[in-house]
Amino acid sequence: MRYLFFTGFWLFAGLATAIAQQDLLKKLKEESSPMEERTAGTFKGTRLINGHTVEVRQSGVLDFLISHRFGRLNSGAYSFFGLDESNIRLGLDYAVSDRLTLGLGRNSHLKVYDGILKYKIFWQESGKREFPVSLVYLTNLAVQTFKRPELPMNFERRLAFNHQVLIARKFTDGLSLQLSPTFIHRNLVATRAEDNNGYAMGVGGRFKLTPRTSLNVEYYYRLGDPLDNTYNPLGIGVDIETGGHVFQLHLTNAQAMTETGFVPYTTGDFFGGDIHFGFNISRNFQLREGKKAVSW
Amino acid sequence: MKAVMTIVLVIAVYGFSFPQSFKSSSSEVSFFSSAPLEDITAKNNKASSLFNAETGEVAFVVPIKGFQFRKSLMQEHFNENYMESDKYPEATFEGTLSGYDLDRSGSQQAVAVGKMTIHGVTRQVKIEGVLNSSSGGLTMEAKFPIRVADYDIDIPTVVFYNIAEVVEVSVRFNYQEI
Repeated sequence: MRYLFFTGFWLFAGLATAIAQQDLLKKLKEESSPMEERTAGTFKGTRLINGHTVEVRQSGVLDFLISHRFGRLNSGAYSFFGLDESNIRLGLDYAVSDRLTLGLGRNSHLKVYDGILKYKIFWQESGKREFPVSLVYLTNLAVQTFKRPELPMNFERRLAFNHQVLIARKFTDGLSLQLSPTFIHRNLVATRAEDNNGYAMGVGGRFKLTPRTSLNVEYYYRLGDPLDNTYNPLGIGVDIETGGHVFQLHLTNAQAMTETGFVPYTTGDFFGGDIHFGFNISRNFQLREGKKAVSW
Repeated sequence: MKAVMTIVLVIAVYGFSFPQSFKSSSSEVSFFSSAPLEDITAKNNKASSLFNAETGEVAFVVPIKGFQFRKSLMQEHFNENYMESDKYPEATFEGTLSGYDLDRSGSQQAVAVGKMTIHGVTRQVKIEGVLNSSSGGLTMEAKFPIRVADYDIDIPTVVFYNIAEVVEVSVRFNYQEI
């Protein structure tokens, strides 16, 4: 009787301990309050193909961007399917804060200098606070320095402006979509009939193929009355991320790499084979440690 | 028989009416990866823990997104590529702490045995640490290595900063009685 009693007791005690142990972790998980979580990595890069994504770098990061667009694939073997011809954009974007990024770039195509101001208004958030989308305001100023002796050019005539609101949502780990309403103003246009203002709606998406690669699509649909012999810019590309770099390889009918160039003036017909192979490489340098980073 | 019953009852009642339970008031979980190109460190203050000193049961929850890195891009890669923190938002440990004498104040060695879950993989582990009790509360500290391959954390060969195969994890939890 005594033996039985003790055995029973220890069995019970053992069982109780096992149950309690499970409960302890469960209890802990229930008690812990959800963290404030900003959705990270809606896109890999700050550019999707030609246009911007809602991504900004964190405070203190300098992003060095090298972008290339080769000539047209359908230019044939003589110009090595476009590889003989290339135009380049060199850019530096600096994240002044987590919200504000300022950038400068220089395009070989039409010798355009561009300035960027990008401001993150909202982050997509989950957990403690919920917010469904990321929202960014982007503005560019482009200065075309191409020599045009046939025209009396002054500084004002060389300017073009772009204003965009970028709205994106990371739906799942693998799928992100973006809408980019766009307004472009050019101080100088070719003819009196042409409107100085232009409107477009950009759509873009990312589909993750593996944790480090993704398939990207970008399209700008121009509203109103676009110029004859110009097309809506379309791009299809792949992102490959390798730690400190993001490599973006793509096929696009646009040659320019700033909004004031590729939205109104894309002359390639994608489905007619006027496709430029191109790539963007982005390298990040942490110049200043973010406020949030802990001291060691 | 009666005496035994009495003792059991006393223990049971005593045990249930005065459970010495502790809850973490502050914590710090950090890891260090030494690699040829770059040392990588990250720190997390969002972890929480419960400890039942009577039975030795102890539980820890570490939210993966709470790790702060010096380089923001590293933090993104850590969450997106290595830890897949959307899929596996937390690392946990549940087990039993033994080898300590709670009546003793000051620092003493203790051993935790139990189940560690990281990146969705659960493994039986044994961790040696230091328990420090004072009038102000209780502190647990431990330093232990984690082999990333043990938890199916995939490190690709083509990365620009190499990550060590074994990372050194340090934990410190301060507890208050509840």
